Amino acid sequence: MPVDASLVGRTYPPTRPYTVSEAKVRELAATTGADWDGGPVPPTFPIVLAFEAMNAFLEAEGVELARIVHGDQKFRYERPLRVGDVLTAALTVASVRSIGGNDVIGTTSEVRDADGALVCATSATLVHRGAA
Amino acid sequence: MSPVPDLEVGAELVTQRYVVRRSDLVRYAGASGDLNPIHWSDRVATEVGLPGVIAHGMYTLALAARAVATWTGDAEVVELGAKFTAPVVVPDDDTGVEVEVAGTVASVEDGLATLKLTVTSGGQKVLGMPKAVVRA
Repeated sequence: MPVDASLVGRTYPPTRPYTVSEAKVRELAATTGADWDGGPVPPTFPIVLAFEAMNAFLEAEGVELARIVHGDQKFRYERPLRVGDVLTAALTVASVRSIGGNDVIGTTSEVRDADGALVCATSATLVHRGAA
Repeated sequence: MSPVPDLEVGAELVTQRYVVRRSDLVRYAGASGDLNPIHWSDRVATEVGLPGVIAHGMYTLALAARAVATWTGDAEVVELGAKFTAPVVVPDDDTGVEVEVAGTVASVEDGLATLKLTVTSGGQKVLGMPKAVVRA
């Protein structure tokens, strides 16, 4: 298993700057059947950044994506996202536990704007399913 | 003065129902960047021991967030989260599966309303402790 307790506390480099665009907000909203018309950016939007940070972390540690199941996700927002925001996300490994043959990886990611101000703090639990 | 006058403690919010089809997961995978094949390939999903292709947990949470937006008239969300406790298996057919989002107003204080949600599919809870806090 490539992820072990020695990674706890490690923060990975922030993702490359990402500009929130109308087209992307509309595209993501449309997946749930919503017709986004320029109103508030849906609160699940920062997952785009969180996924990029998570994917980079899993790739850096050589974890096979198909063995990962998402255990939970929580968001706390300092302010709403806006179209035009330029955001980055930095992931920290908060915990690694082994439960019933699976490794349970707790992560936190901070989404910050171009001024470095925190926009959203998000946490995710990633469950690495052991070989059956 | 609350911009969301209907959010009174104990209020039951109108249950929202959404149909999830395989094509929705494919769209969500592309739009969100979560390309994990367990969300589109039965072969890979069953290889890793899942009952079949399952919806992204975040897709189900996005449906819950859509319900919150509908109930509150797009109120500002300050907190949102859930555990992904049971998989939503999405068959490769044209019917899909239904996800139901129910909610109650658990508290309103300091300008914030806490909504406790119940998210089910086929009568089974699929999210654990789903919760949203909105400015009210």
